[in-house]
Amino acid sequence: MVEITLVEALNQALAYEMQCDPNVLVLGEDVGINGGVFRVTQDLLKKFGPDRVLDTPLAESMIAGMCVGMASQGLRPVAEFQFMGFSYPGLDQIINHATRLRNRTRGRLSCPIVYRMPYGAGIHAPEHHSESTEAIYAHIPGLRVVIPSSPARAYGLLLAAIRDPDPVIFLEPSRLYRLVKQAVVNDGKALPLDRCFKLRDGSNVTLISWGAMLHETLNVAKQVAEEGIECDVIDVATIKPLDRLSILTSVEKTGRCIIIHEAPLNCGVGAEIAAMLAEQGLFFLKAPVIRVTGYDTVVPYFKLEKKYLPSESRIKQAVYTVMES
Amino acid sequence: MIEVAQFSIPYYQFLDEQARAVTSLPGFAKQIDTLLHFYRLMVLIRTFDTKAIALQRTGKLGTYASILGQEAVSVGLGHAMKPEDVLCPAYREYGAQIQRGVTLSEILLYWGGDERGNQFQSSHDFPMAVPIGTQNLHAVGVACAFKYRKQARVAVAACGDGATSEGDFYEAMNLAGVWSLPVVFLVSNNQWAISVSRDHQTRCKTLAQKAIAAGFEGWQVDGNDVIAVREKISEALEKARGGDGPTLIEALTYRLSDHTTADDANRYRSKQALELAYAKEPIRRLKRYLIEQGHWSEEKEESLLQLCAKEVGQAVMDYQSVSSVTTDVMFDFHFEKCPEELEEQKAIASGNKDG
Repeated sequence: MVEITLVEALNQALAYEMQCDPNVLVLGEDVGINGGVFRVTQDLLKKFGPDRVLDTPLAESMIAGMCVGMASQGLRPVAEFQFMGFSYPGLDQIINHATRLRNRTRGRLSCPIVYRMPYGAGIHAPEHHSESTEAIYAHIPGLRVVIPSSPARAYGLLLAAIRDPDPVIFLEPSRLYRLVKQAVVNDGKALPLDRCFKLRDGSNVTLISWGAMLHETLNVAKQVAEEGIECDVIDVATIKPLDRLSILTSVEKTGRCIIIHEAPLNCGVGAEIAAMLAEQGLFFLKAPVIRVTGYDTVVPYFKLEKKYLPSESRIKQAVYTVMES
Repeated sequence: MIEVAQFSIPYYQFLDEQARAVTSLPGFAKQIDTLLHFYRLMVLIRTFDTKAIALQRTGKLGTYASILGQEAVSVGLGHAMKPEDVLCPAYREYGAQIQRGVTLSEILLYWGGDERGNQFQSSHDFPMAVPIGTQNLHAVGVACAFKYRKQARVAVAACGDGATSEGDFYEAMNLAGVWSLPVVFLVSNNQWAISVSRDHQTRCKTLAQKAIAAGFEGWQVDGNDVIAVREKISEALEKARGGDGPTLIEALTYRLSDHTTADDANRYRSKQALELAYAKEPIRRLKRYLIEQGHWSEEKEESLLQLCAKEVGQAVMDYQSVSSVTTDVMFDFHFEKCPEELEEQKAIASGNKDG
């Protein structure tokens, strides 16, 4: 089977669903003739034509808001924000309308919309191109927030997001777009939007992460395994709704938990997971929960971005710290 | 110097402030029954408005946004639209809404703090949009769907003068222009965005000219002349329906009320300005025309007021006799399928589980 990148997997999922469902439309800046700045929508214009692959004017609130109107009529728009750092003008429409229309009309109108966007640091991009502010979206009632970390999960989760009857924020770790290749079956099978994925089994420590940081997290798990420390590695994948049961089950087994994310520490999704463990898993814990995260600073320009991202040595140090208890 | 662009903004009026026909009336306005229909609707809406304010003042309704003075714009809009069109209104379009299947009791339910007021048993329109100007983008999205499906339907975005300063207003018009979408933008220019007057909102001579930058026509109409409103909105709708793209219509009117029941316009609006505005208000104007044409009388007026009071009274009764709600509904409509964590919170809220 041919191995493909995460970008290609996303492209396959879009093409698959557009083929199956004429209500699925792709729109955004440069998604048509250019195929998207990362080429996620490559060739979709050729395959499906300009009625279904829409190069929009450059206005993010417009992209977010027009999707509400389209979705209210039964279309399933898949919108691309070029980078997460440019998605904020769309927040008004997402918070005030996309997430509320079903509720405020008591189910009469709804918003099956996917807002896709590349996110995260590590690709030597200019400023504003390296944000990981997923916690902003995770805080909003009515949204699902999904982050794939492999080509296969990107494929299955994007299909699920498009088929979901409610708005989904789909965050694509730009650092992973072309980092690894994987065999992906193009069979149209979706993955669940409310379940974590177990990437590695171990009995000593639970490592919880999502997106690009799983790369470092898995490397650390391999390294400490050679020293006899076995890690359960969980890809949260859907940070909202959070699959608390999978996390609790793992922590019950290991008694130790480290949460790794590249977003800032303060009020990050790691805080939600740690609070959930304090409420529901305190007596499983042999050691305090540790969060290894980006700093509470703006993501630096790329000269320092590697210093900003949680390093393997910081993660490994956290493993040693919890193992002392 | 070479002039590379120029534009003009037309202004349309059929009945002037003295209720004189300033030009030949359009066909529909020669049907006296149509004008009587408009008049009854406007009086009904004003009766409703007065009652809604009274309900708020006596603690039976939440904050309410009055439509006083803007009845002609709203009634003209509702009459011009076809049932299959979609309206994305702000919160002062009751005259259009009631012609499109929304009931007076649903409007009361909305301002009475109950989402069922947006559930609309007999309308497919959008609910009122409170964040200013945001509904313009919904209308262009709806228009995209119509265009994609090759349906002869039109989306209408209705907003106020304040909304024309919002980015969403420009972004919506820009898209509508460049994609030639079947949409009509209606600005009820009531001269006030709460306390900020029209002159402090923009240096543009007209709001209609904002369409020019988006590449399509902008028209001004006398928004207190229901005939002009109805005629020009119909024309814009049929233009859009025929594939000739969007139009912006600025309807010049005046908010005779406070912004909402939570506002006191005496803080910023002079008595003199209000008196001048009352002289131009739409109901008095049409009434005078109907009387002068021999089709209205004080006896008919009295009986109409009684009918309107009865209809509004029934709406108030329907509103007040609505079934009670449980906390479950806070959770049931966020997602098609309620996620586990919300199911747990729902149980806590309903008292089935210790919080």
